Amino acid sequence: MSGITAERAIPGAPPREPSYLTAKTGLASWLLTTDHKRIALLYMAAITVFFFVGGAGAVAIRIELFTPQADLLSADAYNRAFTFHGVIMVWFFLIPSIPNILGNFLLPLMIGAKDLAFPRLNLASWYIFMAAGGLAVYTLLSGGVDTGWTFYTPLTTAFSNGNVLAAAAAVFVSGFSTIATAVNFIATVHLQRAPGLTWFRLPLFVWAIYATSIVMVLATPVLAMVLALIFAERAFGIPIFDPLRGGDPILFQHLFWFYSHPAVYIMVLPSFGVISELVTCYARRRVFGYNFMVYAILWISLVGFLVWGHHMFVSGQSLFASLAFSLLSFIVAVPSAIKVFNWTATLYRGQIVFDAPMIYALGFIGLFTIGGLTGLFLASVPVDIHVTDTYFVVAHFHYIMVGGAVSALYGGLAFWWPKITGRLYPEGWARFAAIMMFFGFGFTFFPMFIMGYLGMPRRYHVYPEEFQVWHVLASAGAVILAFAYLLPMGFFAWSLIWGRRAPANPWGATGLEWQTSSPPPEENFHTPPVVEQGPYNYHPEHAGPPALEREQHQPQGRQP
Amino acid sequence: MSPLTLWPATASEQAARIDMLFTGLLVISGAILLLVAGLLLVLCARYRRGSAAPRGDLPDFIRRDVEIGWTAATLFLALFLFWWAGATQLRASDPPAGALEVHVVAKQWMWKTRYPNGAREINALHAPRGEAMRLMMTSQDVIHSFFVPAFRLKQDVLPGRFTEMWFRATKPGEYRLFCAEFCGTDHARMGGTVTVMEPEDFARWVAAQPQEEDLPGEGAALFTALGCSGCHAAASAVHAPVLAGVYGRMVHLADGRTVRADEAYLRDSILQPKRDVVVGYEPIMPSFDGLVDEADLQRLVAYLQSLRGEAAR
Repeated sequence: MSGITAERAIPGAPPREPSYLTAKTGLASWLLTTDHKRIALLYMAAITVFFFVGGAGAVAIRIELFTPQADLLSADAYNRAFTFHGVIMVWFFLIPSIPNILGNFLLPLMIGAKDLAFPRLNLASWYIFMAAGGLAVYTLLSGGVDTGWTFYTPLTTAFSNGNVLAAAAAVFVSGFSTIATAVNFIATVHLQRAPGLTWFRLPLFVWAIYATSIVMVLATPVLAMVLALIFAERAFGIPIFDPLRGGDPILFQHLFWFYSHPAVYIMVLPSFGVISELVTCYARRRVFGYNFMVYAILWISLVGFLVWGHHMFVSGQSLFASLAFSLLSFIVAVPSAIKVFNWTATLYRGQIVFDAPMIYALGFIGLFTIGGLTGLFLASVPVDIHVTDTYFVVAHFHYIMVGGAVSALYGGLAFWWPKITGRLYPEGWARFAAIMMFFGFGFTFFPMFIMGYLGMPRRYHVYPEEFQVWHVLASAGAVILAFAYLLPMGFFAWSLIWGRRAPANPWGATGLEWQTSSPPPEENFHTPPVVEQGPYNYHPEHAGPPALEREQHQPQGRQP
Repeated sequence: MSPLTLWPATASEQAARIDMLFTGLLVISGAILLLVAGLLLVLCARYRRGSAAPRGDLPDFIRRDVEIGWTAATLFLALFLFWWAGATQLRASDPPAGALEVHVVAKQWMWKTRYPNGAREINALHAPRGEAMRLMMTSQDVIHSFFVPAFRLKQDVLPGRFTEMWFRATKPGEYRLFCAEFCGTDHARMGGTVTVMEPEDFARWVAAQPQEEDLPGEGAALFTALGCSGCHAAASAVHAPVLAGVYGRMVHLADGRTVRADEAYLRDSILQPKRDVVVGYEPIMPSFDGLVDEADLQRLVAYLQSLRGEAAR
């Protein structure tokens, strides 16, 4: 272990004071809790289950695609598998993952608050999420749905034999949970900040969650509307998208992507926040260009609403509309590039420690850079015409949403695990898992760029033989990747019982969440902190971290 | 397993242009990736904890100027790439006059093609090398997408309207045709072959196909059979527009708009005649929605297109 501070090991730990985990006991104390920290754990349990369910879909897909023929799954079964994989992973894993686990747990701690602004709404949003999840599982048990997660009309409304109504209802209901959480986060950031914690003293994770929440509140209602229209057409025969009765199938795509493109930023903005926390802590430096980082987040959230048409270059949309969306898509790449450059520059003159969370963060930067650069290919109208609906697109969005967001989730979980549970996990295993995730991901998804340009269409369970070599590579990589996802679950669980007890601040980090005990007491802070400085005080301003073993980091808040 | 391929076959003019743009993007993004990865590795090695490299505050210029510099550089790069990609697309946007026109009807899970002389194929398209070919496409059920990787071309095929794409094939051979938009159970099997032939071979091939009456001819018969000619013929007593030469012309509508009478307009006027009424006429035409199927619509539109020359004569 590298050891940022000598504070890590506490020999002969004193009797622990009651934490949020131990203050109350019994099932009811968990199911009726309004403590944001416990609700975060409820979300963690639920989202882990959905990760396994969605992952099972991915396993079925990768096994089927090992050979060009249909051997494991029938055509319909395969269509149901990838639809279910998409629906579960997008709405029940990626969108809620970082906001509802880490955001829920950390947001009040990071701004020195006792809880979220609306604790009961927070619990309600978990129950709504569980109801939506129940509907999703019912969809699967009642035969599944075979439309693709994008629900394109008129296939969905007039031709699909799957249980479209249940799937649409599941996603519709989950949207209420998303909105409830987002409203709660926005109100909390506005109203509950500790004295002295001005907007430009907020940690970037708080900014990221705040911007994500705004996107959620503005975009999710559009998804609700379009799903309601699907419901109206399929269940009640009201013609909205059916061209035979005067409807417009393209209208669906406009509404759907008006939500679903911002949804990409809902999935990836929170990871930007996580990575900013990790890189600064393990480089022992203030973040490079804090203001630019904040503006980049806000710029992405705004322009992210104006680029939906780049999903529709081959839909029959006018060429000039396509060119306008192409321009805006190139422009939205700029703030993402700024963020990558700033994380990189934060390393300059740092004192870099390669603990597991930092390895996840560096992996994130690499994978996100590849994902972002291939986004330039897709923003180019003529190239997109060739590669859209091929594995090139599949690879691109997995680089952003899985290589990016899931790396950040695992990195963030490792970083805050001692705070959440009060236990330390085995560092060596964690580093091994982080490295394995990076390479496993590369093996799985990089071949998809190549076969995509070769013309391999997505959503094919049988395919021409010339693509097999790439599918075999991808399926083999997926084995490594699956192992890299499972291993941390193993040692995290192990640490709950056998892990050493964590001190309040094992990594020598500066955020307010590290100023309270690990795990925190029920009320978060015994005395509410007061803030007089900006975030990331890893060294005095206008100086770098010294080349000494002596630490200079200053906590952001103080106990009055 | 077949031999390893790294680059798809290139068999159309646009494919060559797209390959150039794609290669340019590969070089540029490869350079950026190398820069970022190189910086990450160098900085991680040099500033690992406890290394001898000097630390301390960053020089002032590194803070502001560098930040503004790389923001501006990325923005300029983004605009340059937009210009390059946009220009590539605009060069290929309109089909040349006189392009050979083939009608494509997609249905779950089959492609039907039909040549101007009435020859038909299923899951196959033949095209002459070096000559422009224009596909007028529509679907009978859900959205499909006509995708020929060797041409680097793809276009969604929609129910209820026509979409078109065009290409000029450059290399004889057999190429794959895929459906790229998920269309239900047998989406993965909705493929076929595009065969590019030398022009003289193509002429022989198309002439040898079993022919039916040509599309415009069948359309003309329908025009009478459905009763269209009762109103739209020049000698008719009913006040309705005469359709000779209407195709391709600008039409003034009763609500003040002016639209071009293209395929989409003509088919809309058959299915929803009250939507775009021409100025000076009463909205008295009944809808033919449900009375004509896709194939009939294509025949009618082909007939109206064939009247293009008559007004000029």
